[in-house]
Amino acid sequence: MLIANNLSKIYLSGGRPLTVLKEVSLAVESGGFLAVVGPSGCGKTTLLGLLAGLDVPSSGTVLLEGQDLGALSEDQRARLRGEKVGFVFQTFQLIPTLTAQENVQVPIELAGQRAGGPARGNGAPERAWELLARVGLDGREHHYPAQLSGGEQQRVAIARAFANEPKILFADEPTGNLDAATGGRIIELVVELNRELGTTLVLVTHDPDLAARAKTTLHLRDGSVVPAAAAS
Amino acid sequence: MRRLRFILALAWRESRASRRRLLLFASAISLGVGALVAIGSFTENLEKGVRSQARQLLGADLELGSSRPFSRNVQAVLDSLTRAGARVARRTGFSSMAYVRRTEGIRLVDVRAVDPGFPFYGDVVTSPAGRWPALDTARVAIVDTSLLVALSARIGDTLEIGNAQFPIAGVVSEVPGHVTGGFNAFGTQVYIPFRDVPATRLIVFGSRVRHSALIKFLDPRDARRLINRERPLFDRERVARQTAEDTQREITGVLDDLSTFLQFVGLIALLLGGIGVASGVGAFVAGKIDTVAVLRCLGASRPLVFAVYLTQAAALGLIAATAGAGLGVATQLVLPRLLRGLLPADVRFTLEPDVILGGIGIGVAVAVLFALRPLLEVRLVSPLQALRRAFETAPARTARDPWRLVAAGALASGVLALCMYRNEDPAVGLGFAVAIGLSVGILALAARLAVAGARRLTRGPHARVRWPYVVRQGLANLHRPRNQTRSVVIALGFGVGLLAALYLIQANLMRFVRTSTAAVQGRPNLVFIDIQRDQEQGVTGLVRSAGAPVLQVVPIVPMRISAVNGRPKEDLLRDTSRAAPRSWTLRREYRSTYRDSSVSSERLVGGAWWHGRGEAASGMPYPVSVSTDLATDLKVGIGDAITWDVSGVTVETRVVALREVDWARFETNFFAVFSTAALERAPRSYVVLTRVDDAGTRARLQRAVSERFPNVTSFDVALLQRTVERILARVALAIRFMAALSLGTGALVLLGAVAAGRLERIREGALLKALGATRRQIERILLAEYVALGALAALVGIVLAIAGGWAFTHYVFELRFTVPAPAMVAVFGATAVLVAVVGMTASREVFRRTAMEVLRDV
Ligand SMILES: Nc1ncnc2c1ncn2[C@@H]1O[C@H](COP(=O)(O)OP(=O)(O)OP(=O)(O)O)[C@@H](O)[C@H]1O
Ligand SMILES: [Mg+2]
Repeated sequence: MLIANNLSKIYLSGGRPLTVLKEVSLAVESGGFLAVVGPSGCGKTTLLGLLAGLDVPSSGTVLLEGQDLGALSEDQRARLRGEKVGFVFQTFQLIPTLTAQENVQVPIELAGQRAGGPARGNGAPERAWELLARVGLDGREHHYPAQLSGGEQQRVAIARAFANEPKILFADEPTGNLDAATGGRIIELVVELNRELGTTLVLVTHDPDLAARAKTTLHLRDGSVVPAAAAS
Repeated sequence: MRRLRFILALAWRESRASRRRLLLFASAISLGVGALVAIGSFTENLEKGVRSQARQLLGADLELGSSRPFSRNVQAVLDSLTRAGARVARRTGFSSMAYVRRTEGIRLVDVRAVDPGFPFYGDVVTSPAGRWPALDTARVAIVDTSLLVALSARIGDTLEIGNAQFPIAGVVSEVPGHVTGGFNAFGTQVYIPFRDVPATRLIVFGSRVRHSALIKFLDPRDARRLINRERPLFDRERVARQTAEDTQREITGVLDDLSTFLQFVGLIALLLGGIGVASGVGAFVAGKIDTVAVLRCLGASRPLVFAVYLTQAAALGLIAATAGAGLGVATQLVLPRLLRGLLPADVRFTLEPDVILGGIGIGVAVAVLFALRPLLEVRLVSPLQALRRAFETAPARTARDPWRLVAAGALASGVLALCMYRNEDPAVGLGFAVAIGLSVGILALAARLAVAGARRLTRGPHARVRWPYVVRQGLANLHRPRNQTRSVVIALGFGVGLLAALYLIQANLMRFVRTSTAAVQGRPNLVFIDIQRDQEQGVTGLVRSAGAPVLQVVPIVPMRISAVNGRPKEDLLRDTSRAAPRSWTLRREYRSTYRDSSVSSERLVGGAWWHGRGEAASGMPYPVSVSTDLATDLKVGIGDAITWDVSGVTVETRVVALREVDWARFETNFFAVFSTAALERAPRSYVVLTRVDDAGTRARLQRAVSERFPNVTSFDVALLQRTVERILARVALAIRFMAALSLGTGALVLLGAVAAGRLERIREGALLKALGATRRQIERILLAEYVALGALAALVGIVLAIAGGWAFTHYVFELRFTVPAPAMVAVFGATAVLVAVVGMTASREVFRRTAMEVLRDV
């Protein structure tokens, strides 16, 4: 469950307030699929950041899996992300100095560490290996990101996003840096995993085909939600 | 030309974003250049001062000196000089106890009895002003300020020296004719009229007296002429000559050791600065890869890109070195103050353009040389990297790039040239350069081992470590691509090594002073010398009645060597071959003793002691034991014959025993020890050693002996120890000052090295946060990495310091070396903490930024 109420975000730019988001409200039920669309600069990334608790809104509330993000500290939000949230970024965001497998291990180990479980007994390497195999990258575990193609890097990122079996997955233009065919396969993968694990999906995209596959679509313009008809 | 202008313009524009950060790294160069300029200018100033003040330091053009009264022949020469218009003043110097009855204060002083007219050059500053001439007309004493303090006396009190009494007419703060302070000036000076020496009745057999004649010629060059003309006479009569130039050379010689040492410290500070620049430029280049890639995409050639950044490095070096020179000039104002009391001459502050310009030049050279290698990476950036992020440099980097070899060669020869610069002995410079190269090599090797070790611990089938994730992640940072292990370990290890070495050398010097000056229980701490034969019973009686033990009564017999293995001394002195004895062994007066076994400060290393009185059949030589160092320089061994002149009586001896003597111990040590039979009829004096722990009792005993036997001199060793410690403390202060400078540089270097990985860390931190890492977890990962780095660097640095400190203590000071373990542990801990703090501080931006950054690719 993800519910946002009257979210606003105001940036100070050059000393002057710049309203990037204006009273955005939305709700996505568990297992749902929301696509956020809109022209460049309308505030999509900003909204995603607020929904995932990466940033705090100027006003308004976010309820993520029953938790009010506004009531949590930065560390508590990080913990919540580690347990219940997965991310896929437009620019992949793998740690360049870690191998593919190590990248996938990071969230598992972070969570395992916090749970006070045995450092190595949580089977992080095995689980990472499984996930990489699941996204079709078996045999590439020990490659560094720079040794992988863009599509392969994004598949590692997806494996990482699903490492802790998140309740909700946020993706910011996950195919933006990929060609149409590769992008298509990436989306197939995400949707498949979404179906298999019952993960809630929040996707920011420019791609109308992709948006069409979502159960619900949110149209943003200049920081405000507009009706689908007005958007087109 | 147009191309050059373009390069300059591009270099300028391109530096816009990072000028401030670059200057921070370059300030490491500033500190190094500052040290070099400060020390260089200071030394120049000091030498100039000594040169211009040489005559004032001596107080005359020429000083003739002897340990016995001038013979009639020498006196005749002096008289003829006076008749020819030169001025001659006599001076007699000896040690004595000085006593003020009113305060009951007593102190060993350096009495200088001077003729009217002395000094011929330079001014005497007295307080109250103008009291010096009183010495010409009245029986008064003018004393060093410190004496009044030591005796709680005041002007007008009566000072008793021997059997004579001298009202104190004033104090002096500056007198030509003796080097103020300095390492050997422990005595406090007291000036009395020359004509009143007999009244003291202190000049008796065996007392050490320095008889001098100070001469001012009409033409100062006559000093040399006189020496050349009268050399045979002076040699025969054992008259030492010292001209103003000799004084100058002597003083600058003493200063050379100190300045060589300081110069090396300055040099190391500069090299540290170079390392700082190297790691700073490394960080800078890491942040510039994208820009360079874009520039290359836009059609900039590799040489052009390289030239742009090299120009930036050179400009940076120039700015930093100029600032450093300014800093050095400012420091130069402080140094003389730090070293005051050690310096023989006034140091007047003047700007030394050569030194300043030289320092700036060296600074720029160091900046460019050290920047060269990291800058070469700019050339390896391919335009492709504009499309795909970094990392690809890694394989290219390991490829054999001839330019890297060129850069390494340039750096090595630059460092070598720097080590040779201003160093008169090329071997020392070379040795220093080799030591630096070796240290860097060892540090690099240690870094490589650490990388390999971290990999084994955290990765692969052998990674059995069950450490928490954050620790493993932190350690893994040591071996991951583009890690900072090498740069931090080299920079920091070098800095820690330098500081620890300075500390070790100083600590060993201090320990030497302490153990050698009777702080140790049971060792003598009060010494009575110049005791005449008929006074021995009286002195030991007084010691015993004060409740103190008579630890040793040592007879002292003055003598000279007249022949070795039958060859007369004069013959040997003319012999310049390597097999001939060193001249000091033949010229000096030996103060020997007689006994039949070793004492605690010596060890028998060859031959054997004689039994009993060591009688010799008539016509046969007596047995003698010599110290190993004398044997070496006199070129004698067991079985060799030495002929001695003991107050005019010839004594034949044969070497039967060799002793290794620890001269550092404050005890009565002898080059030559005779058998009782050989010397029992010779004129002699005695030394009595005792130990009195209470300072008050010690002073009372000294006073009692001095009252009954005015000619007997006593040394309070504890007092001597404090004086030596005070002087060493000043040296230590100067060393610490330099060390602080290097520490500043070291911290900058550390910052530079840490900053190299900063961008990476910030990106990674934001990502880890997005993936659910708490602040604590990120902190611990960083902490594990920095503590590991700091511990490694500190460990290797300390090991290097111990090796270097040992070499310096052993070869330069020739002292025993020990490692103060607790201090080294403290250095180790402090370094690890420092690195952790600096590393965490430099990375605090990770925590300032929100996880949102990860969505906006910065
Ligand atoms: N830190 C900031 N300070 C000031 N303004 C900001 C800041 N971050 C974002 N903005 C502004 O907020 C607006 C929305 O940015 P956002 O990244 O959310 O747009 P977007 O819809 O994701 O665009 P795109 O499709 O191009 O990624 C932009 O106009 C941007 O300039
Ligand atoms: Mg966006």
